[in-house]
Amino acid sequence: MNFTKPKEKYINNFNEFEKSLNGEADSLLHRIRKNAIEAFDRMDFPTLKNEDWKYTSVSPILENNYVSKKDTAGSESFKAKIEDHLIKGLDVILLVFINGSYSKELSRIPDLSGGVKIGSFAESARKDPALFNEHFAKYARLENGFIALNTAFAQDGAFIYIPDNYVLETPVHILNISGTRGANILSQPRNLIITGKSSRLCMIESYHSTENETNFTNVVTEISAGENSNIEFYKIQDESSRAYHVSKTQAEQKKNSKFTSYTVTTGGGLVRNDLNTLLNAEGCESHFFGIYIGDGKQHIDNHTMIDHAKPRCLSNELYKGVMDDGSRAVFNGKVFVRPDAQKTNAYQSNKNILLSKEAHVDTKPQLEIYADDVRCTHGATVGQLDEESVFYLRSRGISKENAVSVLIRAFANDIFEEIKTEQLKEHLNNMIFRKLKEIV
Amino acid sequence: MLKVKDLYVSVENKEILRGVNLEINLNEVHAIMGPNGSGKSTLANVIAGKEGYTVTSGEIIYEGKNLLEMSPEDRAREGVFLAFQYPVEIPGVSNATFLRTALNEIRKYKGEKEMDAREFLAYMRDKMKTIEMDETLINRPVNHGFSGGEKKKNEIFQLAMLQPKLAMLDETDSGLDIDALKIVAHGVNKFHNMNNSVVVVTHYQRLLNYIVPDFVHVLIDGKIVKSGGKELALELEEKGYDWVRDEESVKETL
Repeated sequence: MNFTKPKEKYINNFNEFEKSLNGEADSLLHRIRKNAIEAFDRMDFPTLKNEDWKYTSVSPILENNYVSKKDTAGSESFKAKIEDHLIKGLDVILLVFINGSYSKELSRIPDLSGGVKIGSFAESARKDPALFNEHFAKYARLENGFIALNTAFAQDGAFIYIPDNYVLETPVHILNISGTRGANILSQPRNLIITGKSSRLCMIESYHSTENETNFTNVVTEISAGENSNIEFYKIQDESSRAYHVSKTQAEQKKNSKFTSYTVTTGGGLVRNDLNTLLNAEGCESHFFGIYIGDGKQHIDNHTMIDHAKPRCLSNELYKGVMDDGSRAVFNGKVFVRPDAQKTNAYQSNKNILLSKEAHVDTKPQLEIYADDVRCTHGATVGQLDEESVFYLRSRGISKENAVSVLIRAFANDIFEEIKTEQLKEHLNNMIFRKLKEIV
Repeated sequence: MLKVKDLYVSVENKEILRGVNLEINLNEVHAIMGPNGSGKSTLANVIAGKEGYTVTSGEIIYEGKNLLEMSPEDRAREGVFLAFQYPVEIPGVSNATFLRTALNEIRKYKGEKEMDAREFLAYMRDKMKTIEMDETLINRPVNHGFSGGEKKKNEIFQLAMLQPKLAMLDETDSGLDIDALKIVAHGVNKFHNMNNSVVVVTHYQRLLNYIVPDFVHVLIDGKIVKSGGKELALELEEKGYDWVRDEESVKETL
């Protein structure tokens, strides 16, 4: 049998891609791409032998032949579908990506004042090369084949720049939607977020499918949080159960910055999220919240890393999961406290509820501490829904299904407690509620 | 209203109830008394539909229906209520939300219109007044961080809100000081009318000073060994359960 290894396919695709670039081939961006494809060639895709991928086999992803759609023709047909995924009652700056490509027609970007720049990656690479080159690929290291592949094909995505002392009141919603009947789509968005000193940004990255085809999203988001800036970052994963999603979000925080992240996963057949932050100066704060609900054969893997490199930083992480049927979850939360990072406060917790005998969770909180004057706690639990509580609710006339749903929502409740934007909170709660309706 | 006929129940192969017979009619207050481990709570739990109990023989007929074939929620919707000995804490769900969900599911089952937020609030305010329920407890998560007395009070508040036909109180007096006991008893007495019945399961006579029973049953070793009027409770208080036990064994030897 003539069998091309997946790696070779992607390298061939890169060669085709390169030919289509014409004049751009000498740019710094392209030199970074070339370097990345070489790294990809050396590393290949991770396998179960790789410690960081021990519980997640990517081979189902690699079985398909994907196509990358470069145009957004027919984007009109997505218009109605996008409406379903907007956050009700919330005024946002909207960036829409269809099959990984920026759709100018469907995006809604108001006139921006004060030097704020929000648009597509491709456009900003052209229009603001200095700013772009200063930050692009400076944060997400090529630590595995997926990141290398994304970097090699980096072409489109969102670009956000908030200058010093600017408070952007309106959240930015980066809405990604994939699906073309009869095709397996590969999208590789590359997002770059830069915030200046004492600035403020709230952003939402959401992922959705239209058709029930097998699509693959391989996304990398780089975030540079300026001194004393405040970033709220929401990642919403609501793709079809046949979609594959691999992501890397890398933040780097400057002095006294605050980065709060929410990862909400209800969709996707195989999901792997890597969320990292580097607390690279004193006085930083990071908050990681996550909720994942799986059923059927879903596989949801959250790897997080909080790297305390400097003293007097605080990190707080809480991830919760509910798994039903034969679904499987992985949580791996690393907290590094480097020798310099005295007076670190780091808290981490992962809690899971299994609703069926076949559901499975592998949880691994990991603390590595190289400083002596620190306060760190971590813990993980995996359990069932409390039978006594279910009976209590039923004995008041509440159906079994509702009782289970109420208790799960109560379990998940504290994840969203801190969200100040009511519409967003409501949106996320509804998303959880809809998913629970499907499973119980 | 309720007929328990020759009921045998085991838990993990251990026989707890051994032929219980009990009949409760509308507009009655019954007390079921007995020493620890006699099966009082088991009887209440089996009537409410808790899992983990095996009914090996006998039946429970409630308003002509076979209760044992009904789910716990359907029993509740038909008017069966159990005030728990140990009410469960549910962090993350407010008392008000919980009760509105329950009330509306019951109403839906009966084919009645569901209450909207405003109607519910007015209804709830009214019930809070009648049983002197503290407003702050309403918006707090169900029983979460409540004191023992507050939990029991909350059970009685639920009773007032859901208006069942058959209210069973499982050791509602345990862990209550005399003031809390009076408030709870007051709530039950306010609730009780000619359209419902109350079953008080208790170890002590104390509560029965405030909720006066029409009938008292003594449950020992999984059987009702003696029934009588309210004076039986006083007699038990004075002479202890051994008195009934001895009397029984005398009867058996005769």
